[in-house]
Amino acid sequence: MKRRTMIKTVAAATLAGVLMASGAYAQEVIKLGASAPKSGPLAGGAEVSHWPAIKLWLHDVNARGGIDVGGKKIPVEVIEYDDRTSGEEAIKNIQRLATVDKVDFLVAPYATGLNLATAPLIAKYGYPQLAATAVTDGADDFAKRWPNSFWLLGTSASFAESVADVLVKLRDKGAIGNKVAVVNVADAFGIELMNAGKPAMEAAGFEIVYETSYPLGQQDFAPIISAAQAAEPDAFVAFSYPGDTFGLSAQAKIANLDVGAFYVGVATAFPAYLGANGAAAEGVLGAGAVNPDAPGMAEWRARHKEVTGVDADYWASAMTYSSLQILEQAINKVGSLDKAAVTEAIKGGTFDTVLGDMTLDGNVNRKFWTVGQWQGGKFYGVASTGIGGEAEPVAKNGWE
Amino acid sequence: MSVIISGLLLGGTYALIAVGLTMQYGVSRIMNLANGENLVFACFIAFWLFTTFAINPIVGIVLIVPLAFVLNWLIYTYAMRPLVDRAKNRGQLEVDSILATFGLLFILQGIMKLTFGGGYFNYNFLAVPVTIMGSNYGLNRIVAFIAAAIIAGALYLFLNHTRYGTAIRAVAVDPVSAGLVAINVPRASAFAFALGGALTAASGALLSTFYTFNADMGIIFTMKALIIVIMGGVGDVRGAVLAALLLGLAETAVATFIDPGLTIAATYALFMLVLLFRPQGIFGKRPS
Repeated sequence: MKRRTMIKTVAAATLAGVLMASGAYAQEVIKLGASAPKSGPLAGGAEVSHWPAIKLWLHDVNARGGIDVGGKKIPVEVIEYDDRTSGEEAIKNIQRLATVDKVDFLVAPYATGLNLATAPLIAKYGYPQLAATAVTDGADDFAKRWPNSFWLLGTSASFAESVADVLVKLRDKGAIGNKVAVVNVADAFGIELMNAGKPAMEAAGFEIVYETSYPLGQQDFAPIISAAQAAEPDAFVAFSYPGDTFGLSAQAKIANLDVGAFYVGVATAFPAYLGANGAAAEGVLGAGAVNPDAPGMAEWRARHKEVTGVDADYWASAMTYSSLQILEQAINKVGSLDKAAVTEAIKGGTFDTVLGDMTLDGNVNRKFWTVGQWQGGKFYGVASTGIGGEAEPVAKNGWE
Repeated sequence: MSVIISGLLLGGTYALIAVGLTMQYGVSRIMNLANGENLVFACFIAFWLFTTFAINPIVGIVLIVPLAFVLNWLIYTYAMRPLVDRAKNRGQLEVDSILATFGLLFILQGIMKLTFGGGYFNYNFLAVPVTIMGSNYGLNRIVAFIAAAIIAGALYLFLNHTRYGTAIRAVAVDPVSAGLVAINVPRASAFAFALGGALTAASGALLSTFYTFNADMGIIFTMKALIIVIMGGVGDVRGAVLAALLLGLAETAVATFIDPGLTIAATYALFMLVLLFRPQGIFGKRPS
């Protein structure tokens, strides 16, 4: 009796051992963990730029049979958690993804704050972190502090300085004069852009005739627009977040704010912006961009709509998708799921993405779109840090 | 001048947000933390009606209000009545209702997220400029202001010049004594709660014409409504409207003359002044 039990135990252990070993060598699925907002203040942005792009990439990669790992195609599965736009929640999610779900790789969280909040933990677990939706001046510092982190979307200084460059172009064309009204949302992104943008505009010879900040979550923009209007600016610049981008634009249209250049921040590149403003969107400048006429871009956007049911934005959607393409190609190159090796491969390589060839010099993408403009129903990049193919900025011509 | 008009328009919006809560808190004694969710829900319904069936939001109100009335009646009957029956005193009912409606808040928010997702929504309706004394204002805000005036006026007439309105005010003053003079207190409470919910939903439909909203925004409206209701005096429609207009004017003046960043500070400064000097609210009577 005893012997039989022992034989059983040994057999079971052997079997388990064999199964485990085969599990390690012949993985059946690659698990990808994703933690980002599905609720909270940033959910609105994540629902446009983050989640659909992941969905599309997952669809595409599995349609190919999965990621090619050393000659064998392994399908991918994504485990999604809502971080409720909270850093603490995001940290718990990453912890869970790493220790309970034991995912092979991570999709970086959404937006600057959440990427920074989770970076130390992601570094501890050694996953490559391809932050596709973070705009920060700290990119180089962060890349040094967490060598597994990569910063793709650019720096706030370049975003703000490009606004000044575009205004100079418009001034040279005679579209605007020297007077600029500048406002910003009193939150990280708005403050960083204001701090970099205001000196850049002043250095370019612009006179700031109205300047103010407003709190995050502001809904009533009538006082701001009418005060700006009273200062009779030639250009209006707002370093704003999605809610205020919509609010400021609607109010500017109602007040018929007569400016030759109108810039609003995040969410100008969202398809919903065109939906909400219609013809009034024509000529509006905004943060970030893509080149919608670049090879493959129109086709990619069409597929995005077809697979996810929603339109891609004209900015970070493609970057989020690109970050996953980079991850996939790095895994192809290494031929295994070794996190450290894949991280090294990302550092050295040039990757073929939907946004063209991308190299991460010192873990930071140095070529990115900074300012775009609605022209004829599409959002064209009018300034970048050396991508090429920029459209010419045009004057804002009324709100009808 | 433009400051005063903008301020009044904003105040009208705030009045819309707060009037429903005045009814729910003042009469039914339910501190409804899900008030804002109720409002955002109506925003979504108005949005859905407008984008799917091209139903004008003003017409949409005709559909939304009865729906909200029934829904809130059911919420009161099945979720709040047990708390009312159980509560030994007003304080306990307030604590219980705050906890219960806090839960309700998440349920409603969850339903909205499930149906519409977490994205931002807005649509274009009457976003045309109207010139009043040399400045432009959005027609949708003016419509909302007029609607607020009509709703508040009708509510005031109903409460002060009809038999049932008087009964409801009696319940607001003292539910126990109201019961002694043959007022069906549970029914009047349910009615007031449902009416408050319906009014909130009507404001939601109006607000949706010029606000950018998402499923998480309810709490902002609840906070604003709470301040206005307490400033105006609990259960007092006139007080709530006056408080809302004051708040609108103060915020616009501060945003224009001082700094838009200080509007929230102005709101709370005003709130504190009222709490310090007239804790019973602008029109409230001192408890005897």
